[in-house]
Amino acid sequence: MNVIELTDITFRWPKQTENLLDIPSLTIKKGEKVFLKGPSGSGKSSLLSLLAGISQPTTGEISLLQQSFSQLKATRRDQFRANHIGYIFQMFNLLPYLSVIDNVLIPCRFSRQRKNRLSGTMDSEAKRLLSQLHLPQECQERPINELSIGQQQRVAAARALIGQPELLIADEPTSALDHDNREAFIQLLMAECDKADTTLLFVSHDETLESLFDRSIALNDLNQAAKGVS
Amino acid sequence: MGAIFRLAWQSLTNRKTTAFLTLLTVAISVTLLLGVERVRTQAKSSFANTISGTDLIVGSRSGQVNLLLYSVFRIGNATNNIDWKSYQEISQHRSVKWSIPISLGDSHQGYRVIGTNQSYFSHYQYGRKQTLSFAEGRQFTGLFETVLGAEVANKLNYQLNDEIIIAHGISDKSFNRHDNLPFKVVGILKPTGTPVDRSIHVSLGAIEAIHIGWESGAKLGNTPDALALVNHQFEPKQITAFMLGLNSKIQTFALQRYINTYTKEPLSAIMPGIALHELWGMMSIAEQALLIVSGFVVIAGLLGMLTSLLTSLNERRREMAILRAMGARPSHIFFLLVSEATVLTALGVALGTLLLYSLMTIAQPFIQQQFGLFIEITGPTSYELLLLGIVQLAGITVGILPALRAYQHSLADGMTIKV
Repeated sequence: MNVIELTDITFRWPKQTENLLDIPSLTIKKGEKVFLKGPSGSGKSSLLSLLAGISQPTTGEISLLQQSFSQLKATRRDQFRANHIGYIFQMFNLLPYLSVIDNVLIPCRFSRQRKNRLSGTMDSEAKRLLSQLHLPQECQERPINELSIGQQQRVAAARALIGQPELLIADEPTSALDHDNREAFIQLLMAECDKADTTLLFVSHDETLESLFDRSIALNDLNQAAKGVS
Repeated sequence: MGAIFRLAWQSLTNRKTTAFLTLLTVAISVTLLLGVERVRTQAKSSFANTISGTDLIVGSRSGQVNLLLYSVFRIGNATNNIDWKSYQEISQHRSVKWSIPISLGDSHQGYRVIGTNQSYFSHYQYGRKQTLSFAEGRQFTGLFETVLGAEVANKLNYQLNDEIIIAHGISDKSFNRHDNLPFKVVGILKPTGTPVDRSIHVSLGAIEAIHIGWESGAKLGNTPDALALVNHQFEPKQITAFMLGLNSKIQTFALQRYINTYTKEPLSAIMPGIALHELWGMMSIAEQALLIVSGFVVIAGLLGMLTSLLTSLNERRREMAILRAMGARPSHIFFLLVSEATVLTALGVALGTLLLYSLMTIAQPFIQQQFGLFIEITGPTSYELLLLGIVQLAGITVGILPALRAYQHSLADGMTIKV
């Protein structure tokens, strides 16, 4: 099954005259762990906001989980994202005023589907995920701002994974971590994705991580607009 | 929506200091609004309580407000005096239960002197049909004895057995004092919160006695000394006004008509309730102005909240982006901000009301002691609830502006984290 399918996508921001993205085709299958590389300014964040349904492609079609996604109304796309996509930012993923557990549970507050997919109570499920991601028990009780960046990213990963979304998008989640932590973090992430049969799209400009993934895509090879410029 | 409300609450508790200050601004403005409303209604009722139990006030012919002002409020002067014989005839009318004659015209250090008789102490009523009572001492019995209102005794620091000199007319100058005939303080009244507190009471006979030799309006004839006068029985020739209590209220109109058409002398009889109402109507502009001012204070309080919400928005763009990535719709973000304003206003209203009640509880004994004004502590009236409802509604409306901003931000930013 194709989790992501892009066909003849072009995209530009409303006031731009030239396309930022021009992607004839991109397919990612269920369970794949894909490394998407590209230097900054190559249109990575634009592509991610298309995939998350925040922006609409100028032309072309996006299908997610074999459903036509780009045709949906904005509120339906928001709901789809809540139900099916986990998202990890580069850093500062967490809301400082919520506890660790409450941070992990945010997606369940916006999506009944993900809440229903939990096997135990919300609390126990959050704690189980956190321990699997090697976040020590005592860290789970601490305020967010007392956690290290590495610990914060693991909480963010637990949040992205809770309720087993089909697709996990990670936008340079390791850029604030040192090298050893990076690999460990990615290994943990992948182990969790395997358990839930979650497809992983990992975006980074750090090519040393490339070897850890099933497949690597260079955005500049994919994007016809980038070729035209260079 | 419940989840968003919870988030709004948790986000607010995270910004405790600013949130608390904002809340305090709203609370204080609400306290002021309710306080002004309370003072307004209490002043109105205390005004209406200046005199009670009296069915008619009679004076020489004049407008009803003027008659009320000089007879009850001791403000201004009578147009003319009335004859003692008229008083005697009317007060013996079959429908009259009691009468209080009053004679005005003299003063002591700015406080009006009122000549009257013992029935003043037994029949004059104020508030909810309360009669006058003594803090110290007793009624006057002798000729040169006086009973002071609470404020007079308090401000001029008079004790029982002190002697005071009364001046002729309203201005107290050395050449117009009845200084050969001092009065001894024999009683001090309890505070009433009415003009009685600012009055000096002497007998009608005393008013006659001190004016012997003053027939022309100044001290020209011989003024006898006190010893020569004490055993003399004085009968007044004229008085300024009198108050009447009737056997039955039904007779009020008939007697009023009888007095207004009295042939021997032009007289006016007024019903104090109606005259008070007319007088209050003249003051309602000030009353409205007070309420409008406190309304503006509430607006200022809500603008303070608007400012703090708007300034916090930029720092919170990250928060919004995270929520968006977790599946929040722009409408959720909108609702989040409106919830915050709603919660802040609701807490502000609650705290403000609480503040008002604590203030009233603390101030109540003090105000009663100092001003003789009894502030009743009652639950909020329906009008006050309406005011609070309007404040809450305005608070929610104020939340819409930052909410729209955040809504636009979240559409524009999406999940790109700014800052």
